[in-house]
Amino acid sequence: MTLTEKTTPQAPPEAPPSRDAANWAKPVDRLSAEGVVGAGVDSVTGKRVNSPLQGFGQLWQKTFRVTLEGSTMSPQEVIAIWKERFATFWPKKGRFYAPLAGIVPGEVALLDIAPVPGSPVRFSTGVMVIYADDESFTFISPEGHMLSGWITFSAYRDGDVTVAQVQALERTSDPFDELGLMFGGSRMNNRFWQDTLANVARAMGAAEPAVVSEAVCIDKRRQWRQATNVRNSITLRTLRHTLAAPVRWISGRS
Amino acid sequence: MNATSVALERSGVVATLRIAGDVTSASEGELMAGYGRAIDDGARAIILDFSGLEYMNSGGIGLLVTLLVRAQRGGVRLLASGLSDHYREILALTRLDEAIEIHEDERAAVAAVEV
Repeated sequence: MTLTEKTTPQAPPEAPPSRDAANWAKPVDRLSAEGVVGAGVDSVTGKRVNSPLQGFGQLWQKTFRVTLEGSTMSPQEVIAIWKERFATFWPKKGRFYAPLAGIVPGEVALLDIAPVPGSPVRFSTGVMVIYADDESFTFISPEGHMLSGWITFSAYRDGDVTVAQVQALERTSDPFDELGLMFGGSRMNNRFWQDTLANVARAMGAAEPAVVSEAVCIDKRRQWRQATNVRNSITLRTLRHTLAAPVRWISGRS
Repeated sequence: MNATSVALERSGVVATLRIAGDVTSASEGELMAGYGRAIDDGARAIILDFSGLEYMNSGGIGLLVTLLVRAQRGGVRLLASGLSDHYREILALTRLDEAIEIHEDERAAVAAVEV
């Protein structure tokens, strides 16, 4: 008689979690803005995210940075405050409706932006927080947003001073957005982040913030196969809505 | 923070870039130099082997976009192998998995190129 030792098959040892595991959101098929309160329009729920690869226009890396001269804050302190009070640093023409859980990976925020301050035309869109750690956080745009890609807010030490930075990697989403950016939209977008960074710098104790901007074209080509993104365009939807306003007003009176 | 290391191996028109350590925006020089060497050597397909990847932040994923764009522009096929479940999820989250061919390991990636 032969005795055979019975052994339980051993599962392969699990790899230890990556150091960045807690910093990244989990993939989602469709976004949900359930955790946002206060926003009037939710044009994000049900949409997918769009990376720079799903966009239409030229691919740009835009960097805005400001040295926090006169501030004693560390990069970690800057980012903690930036996350907590993100909406308060925006210029007046934009509103940011933060998720209840705050700026943490996986959360969705809604945005409401008036391209011209005081005008009734408002673009309603949103972002998803895909990455956050102690020194940076990153938002990705949803389908329909004017820009396809992501934007990273970070702070780092440069010698004795802390630098706050906004860096976007983005393409316009469709041909109409590309035209919009060519005819003034890009300048307005740049101004938005320059003003935001100046507000951040002042809040951190920098008396006279000087924002430095840099734009690098990563890919000059337009991705015509992505021109169909126009079907989700909030730019076109907003224009249609605005142009139809007089008709709605008249039919409301009759 | 660990440094990025990028080692190049070449076999015919297929090159493998073995990426190890941390991939952040600070890795741009190493990654782009590795890619450039592979192209200069005549590679038409490049496998990014991530089995030594220890950490990647959003700056690192941005570099992958730049690599993908350069590869598309140059008519070079870009493949990925050795990704842990975590890094596969990141590529799915950012929809980069729609533009880069993902394979279990380097052997499978090479086989896909040779088909």
